[in-house]
Amino acid sequence: MSPPNGSGEPVDRLVDPLFCGEEMELSFGPQHPATHGVLRLNLRIEGERIVGCYPIIGYLHRGTEKLFELHPFFQNVPHTDRMDYVAAATNNLAYVGAVEKLIGLSVPPRARYIRTILAELQRISSHLVWLATHAIDIGAMTPFFYCFRERERVLDLFEQYCGARLTLNCMRPGGLPFDLPAGWGDACRRFCEDYPAKIAEYEGLLTENRIWKRRTVGVGVLSPEAAVDLGVTGPMLRASGVGFDLRKARPYEAYGEVEFAVPVTQNGDTYDRYLVRMAEMRESTKIVLQCLDLLPATEGGPIMAKRPRVLKGPKGEVYHGIEGPKGEIGFYIVGDGTPNPYRCHVRPPSFMNLQALPDLANGHLVADLVALIGSTDIVLGEVDR
Amino acid sequence: MVLAVLPFGLEALREAAGDTLFYYALSPALKILGLVFLAILPVITYLVLAERKILGFLQVRVGPNRVGPWGLLQPIADVMKLLVKEDTIPSRAVRWAFVLAPCLVVAPALVIFSVVPVGPPSSTPGGFSGFVTDIDTGVLFVIAVATIGVYGLILGGWSSNNKFSLMGGLRAAAQMISYEVPQGLALVGPLMLAGTMSMVGIVEAQRGARVWYVFPQLVSFFIYMVAGVAETNRNPFDLPEAESELVAGFHTEYSGMRFALFFLGEYANMIAVSAVATTLFLGGWLRPFPSVAWLSPLDVVPGAIWFALKVFVFLFVYIWFRGTFPRYRFDQLMALGWKWLLPLALANIFVTALIKLWLAR
Repeated sequence: MSPPNGSGEPVDRLVDPLFCGEEMELSFGPQHPATHGVLRLNLRIEGERIVGCYPIIGYLHRGTEKLFELHPFFQNVPHTDRMDYVAAATNNLAYVGAVEKLIGLSVPPRARYIRTILAELQRISSHLVWLATHAIDIGAMTPFFYCFRERERVLDLFEQYCGARLTLNCMRPGGLPFDLPAGWGDACRRFCEDYPAKIAEYEGLLTENRIWKRRTVGVGVLSPEAAVDLGVTGPMLRASGVGFDLRKARPYEAYGEVEFAVPVTQNGDTYDRYLVRMAEMRESTKIVLQCLDLLPATEGGPIMAKRPRVLKGPKGEVYHGIEGPKGEIGFYIVGDGTPNPYRCHVRPPSFMNLQALPDLANGHLVADLVALIGSTDIVLGEVDR
Repeated sequence: MVLAVLPFGLEALREAAGDTLFYYALSPALKILGLVFLAILPVITYLVLAERKILGFLQVRVGPNRVGPWGLLQPIADVMKLLVKEDTIPSRAVRWAFVLAPCLVVAPALVIFSVVPVGPPSSTPGGFSGFVTDIDTGVLFVIAVATIGVYGLILGGWSSNNKFSLMGGLRAAAQMISYEVPQGLALVGPLMLAGTMSMVGIVEAQRGARVWYVFPQLVSFFIYMVAGVAETNRNPFDLPEAESELVAGFHTEYSGMRFALFFLGEYANMIAVSAVATTLFLGGWLRPFPSVAWLSPLDVVPGAIWFALKVFVFLFVYIWFRGTFPRYRFDQLMALGWKWLLPLALANIFVTALIKLWLAR
C-alpha cells in the first residue's frame, strides 16, 4: 500500500496502551454517512487510533474538464454548477470571470453588484450546509434543521432570481441572464437583517458547548506552513493564521467597493475552522447589505457587456481564481480562436483541501476523523469533477 | 371499565385455581404478561412516536403526521413494517451469536421491571400489589441484570463479521465497564439512607424519611443519570451506534425484526433506567411531598400514575438531551467515567456514611 500520509515517512505511532494493538484495515466509504458523498478513505487503525489514512477519490468523476472542450463558452456554465453543487453561483462566477478575462469583456456595474450578492448568498448557503453536516457528524442533530431552515430562505431567493435552487446557472460571460425581479432586493435585505440572529442561535447551541469544544479544540491542527505547502485555501487556511483572502488580495467584481473583515484565527484546529466560517457568514451578510445599498444607483442600467453573439476565445491562456466558500476556485482556460475553449482546467478548493486530511487525521481517533472530514468541507462533485 | 371488572375476574380465577396455584403461578404470570404486553411494549412504541414528535418540535419540523390523526398510528405502521421486512443474516456471520444477540439485549431490559414497584403493595394480605415481586436484593438484581445487556451488543457486533459492527461492540464493552462501576456506586447512597435493598422498602423508606432521596443524594442522582444515559447508549453517549462514525455501530448488519429487537431493547432500557431512578430517587409511586398533609387530596391519583409521570419526566430529559448535545468521544467518555464519576461516587458514599454516623450519634 502507498505511504498512508503521502509523505513516505513512517507514521507517528502513539504508544498508548489503551489503543495499542493489532492494526486493522478499514475501508471508510465510499458508502458511509460521514464521508459527504463518495469519498473513500483506506484507514489503518490500531483500536480506534488512526495510523494511516489514504483517500481514494474518483467515484464521482464525470470528465467535466473534457466536457468543457466540447461546448461553446457560454454553454459551459451549467457544467460548473455540477462541480461544487452546494455552491453553484461561485463556480459560475469563477468560470465566467475567466472567460471574460480571456475575451476581454468588461462587466457593467449593476451586473457586478448582483453577482457579488449572489456569490455571498451562495457562501452563506454553502457554509450552512457545512455547519449542518459538520454538527450532525459530531452528533449534534438539531443545528442541522436550523441550518436548513435558513438555507431554504437563501434557496428561495435564488429561485426567485433564476428559477433554480441548486444548479443555478445564474451567470453568463459578460454579465447576467436576468435583472433582479421586483421586490427581490427587499426580500434579500430582510433575510440579511434576520440572519445574524440565526447565527447567534447556532452559536448558542455549539460555540460554548463543552462537548462541542472537547470534540473540536485541538483536533486536527494544521500549521500555517503545512497549510501553505499543501495548497490549502479558504477558511481552512485562515483558521491556521494566514489571512489570505482573494476578495481582499485581488479584488474582483464589487469586493473592492465594500467593506468587510477577513476573519483569521491562530490555532488551526477544528474549532477555529468552525469559528472562522461562522464569522464569515456574518461578514457575508454585511457585504450583501452594502451591495444592496449600491444597487439603486444602477437601476435600469445594463446587466450584460457589449459582446458578439458568438463568443470566440482568442489564442492565449488565462487563469482566474476567486474566493469560493471552500477556498480558491480557479479556472485556467486556453483559447484557440474557436467558440470552444481548447482546454479548461479547474483548481477546485475541495480537492486541494482534501490533501490535508491524511496529515490531519494521523494519530487521531475514528471519531475525530468524521469531525475532520466535516471541517475540511469537501464536496465530492468538485474533488472528482 | 376494564380496571373495574379486573378484580372480580381475578377473584373468580382465584377460586377456580385454588390459592396456591393462583398466588405462586397465575398471579405473577398475569402480572408479567400484563406488564410486558399492556404496559412496556405499548409505552415503548409510543415513546418512539413521542421522541419523534418532541424532536420535531425542538427541530422546527412536524414529526410523523401521515399515519392516523397526528401520526398516532405511526408506531403500528412501523412495527408492521419491521415485522414483514426481509430479515437478512450475513453469510459469514456467526449464526447462533447473531440470532442470540438481540434477545440478550431485550430480555434483561424487560426483566428489570419485575422488581420495579409501579404501585404500593396491597393493603389487604393476598391482594393485587403494584409489583411483580419484591426481593430483598432488588437493587443488586437490577444492577446484575442490566449488565447482561452489554453481552448482546458485544455478541451482535462481533458475530456480524463487519468491522464497523465490531468497533461498535468494542465501544459498547468499554463504555459499559466505565459506567457500571460509578452507576453501581451511585446506588449505594440511597441504599445507605434506606437501609434496605428492596425496591419497595426504599420507596417506603422515602415515605418514612419524608423526603425524596433526590434531595439528600443529589450527587448520587446526578451520577446515576449520567451513567444511565451512557448505559442506554443514548446521546450524548451514543458511541456504540454513532451513525456518523460507525455507520450504525453494532447493529449495522441487522435488519427487520432483529434490528427492531435492538431498538426495543434500547427503549426498554431507557424506561428501565428511568423507572429505577424514579424508585430510588423520586419516591416511586409516592405523590409529591408525601408528608405534607394538606396535599392529601392528591392521593386520589393512583400511585401508578404518579410513577408514570415521574418516569416520563426522565424520558423527556433523554429526548431533550438528544436534541441538544453533540456526541462525546470514546476516550473522553471513558475519562469522564473513571476520572470524574468514579471518585465522585466514592466521595459521595464516604460523605453519606459520615453524615449518617453523625446523625446516629
